[in-house]
Amino acid sequence: MKIIPASDSSLLIVFGDVISPALHQRVMALFYALQDWHDSRIRNLHPGYASLLIDFDPLRLTHDELSLVVQQLALASGDDADTPAKAVVIPVCYDAKFGPDLFDVAQHAGLSPEEVVQLHSSPTYLVYFLGFSPGFVYLGGLPEALHMPRLATPRPAIVGGSVGIAGSQTGIYPVDSPGGWRLIGRTPVRMFEPEATPPTRLQPGDRMKFSPIDRATFEEMKRGAEARLR
Amino acid sequence: MTIRVATPGFFTTVQDLGRYGYAHLGISPAGAADPLSFRIANRLVGNNESAPALEMTLLGASLEFDESAIVALTGAACECKAGSAQVPANAAFDIPAGAVLQCGSVTDGARCYLAVQGGFEIPLCMGSASTFVAGHFGGFKGRRLQGGDVLGIRQHGSLRVRSLRPRALESLRAPQALRVTKGPQEDWFDPEAFEKLFTSAYTVSEQSDRAGVRLKGEVVRPREQSELLTEGIALGAIQVPPDGQPIILFVDQQTTGGYPKIANVIAADMHRVGQLRPRDEVGLVEVSIAEAVQMLDQQEHWLTEIFVP
Repeated sequence: MKIIPASDSSLLIVFGDVISPALHQRVMALFYALQDWHDSRIRNLHPGYASLLIDFDPLRLTHDELSLVVQQLALASGDDADTPAKAVVIPVCYDAKFGPDLFDVAQHAGLSPEEVVQLHSSPTYLVYFLGFSPGFVYLGGLPEALHMPRLATPRPAIVGGSVGIAGSQTGIYPVDSPGGWRLIGRTPVRMFEPEATPPTRLQPGDRMKFSPIDRATFEEMKRGAEARLR
Repeated sequence: MTIRVATPGFFTTVQDLGRYGYAHLGISPAGAADPLSFRIANRLVGNNESAPALEMTLLGASLEFDESAIVALTGAACECKAGSAQVPANAAFDIPAGAVLQCGSVTDGARCYLAVQGGFEIPLCMGSASTFVAGHFGGFKGRRLQGGDVLGIRQHGSLRVRSLRPRALESLRAPQALRVTKGPQEDWFDPEAFEKLFTSAYTVSEQSDRAGVRLKGEVVRPREQSELLTEGIALGAIQVPPDGQPIILFVDQQTTGGYPKIANVIAADMHRVGQLRPRDEVGLVEVSIAEAVQMLDQQEHWLTEIFVP
């Protein structure tokens, strides 16, 4: 574990430089321990693949004090902390209308579209962290056969809920945005609801599975989600 | 009482001092780009310093007041009138009922703040009234203000208006290089890269916004183009993408990223970042973390000293 002052108001705790569930468990153990610490001098926690950035008020807490706290918490929590992590199922409709790149992904993998859906919806993915934009999840566990580079030219507009593949990653666009991921389906579930508690469907450390649904189920769930909003 | 937006200006949003505690869900702090001017505006009218107020960028708004109000304008200079009368900057003043406060072009900086005694009535979203425009939430309907919007002002008891000492803010506007500490990937860069970073003048790109201030100028590159595992990004981090043109990550920043960070603007200078305009020239100068914390401490002290007791 390396403790690096990233700025005058933050410490970056680095556990390693590879993506691995074991390193991630250490990130999450420290993350949960700091959340339980309930210290108002700590303003924000940013978990990454193998690191945790801690943003704090430097007028009330020094880098050295926080560094000591981190070392103590890391010792106490080890890497087998009780976690509030959940197992979440995200329904996805892999219909061609929602997955304009499904056929290309299948061709790239030398599989049929049905096999891609089967392969994509079989693993249990690990939510390494959320970042980049509100509710955007970084998932680990995409089967290697489905790895495929992102689009050369990003699409200017992607509908929120779209599920895509980029390199070795798969993920869900939480809100409408531009983007270069290969789209293979869409979820009717709202991944980010600013007024809800918590505002995101997934939290760092959660496990998740994609569950295939047909168009009729998608439309029905979508109507349900919209009715709930009103 | 309410305020109706006659014309919204170029980019006017409701802000407070930011949304904290949600970075692990990908949610950046947002909040006033120049928190110092924002806090001064609220203190002048007697508000809690984090009360919701307006941030107006480059061109101010025209606002109709249905009742009389006490307001203050701070930040970059901006020609403002109430009816036909000029109004002062950096001082609390009265607006009569039915008057229109017209704010013109913002000069000598990028952002001007308008605080109204009582503060704007804005529902909190994740504990904050700050607008995060890219995420469509917070502030007034999650967006910048538009003509015809009507904003409420909170009912309040008696609040004591305050005033600034003469020439109290002169030091704020003096041109000065941004002070930075070395970043978490400092060992990715050779001394020559730091030499370039600290001796050249950079120009603020037109592509800058509240998410990031892009600098154009001398190219700085890490020793080798290695991959950085995506990690958390501190406010004010200066990241170096493959084109070698540094970007200062700002209040609406992405919470994580994979580019190496060569330096970080100190907390005490974030207000200066909020006043950078496209095409401004800016230099960077290194300080230690201990010095940076001391400068922040001095700034907090200064903030209490500038008001007439």
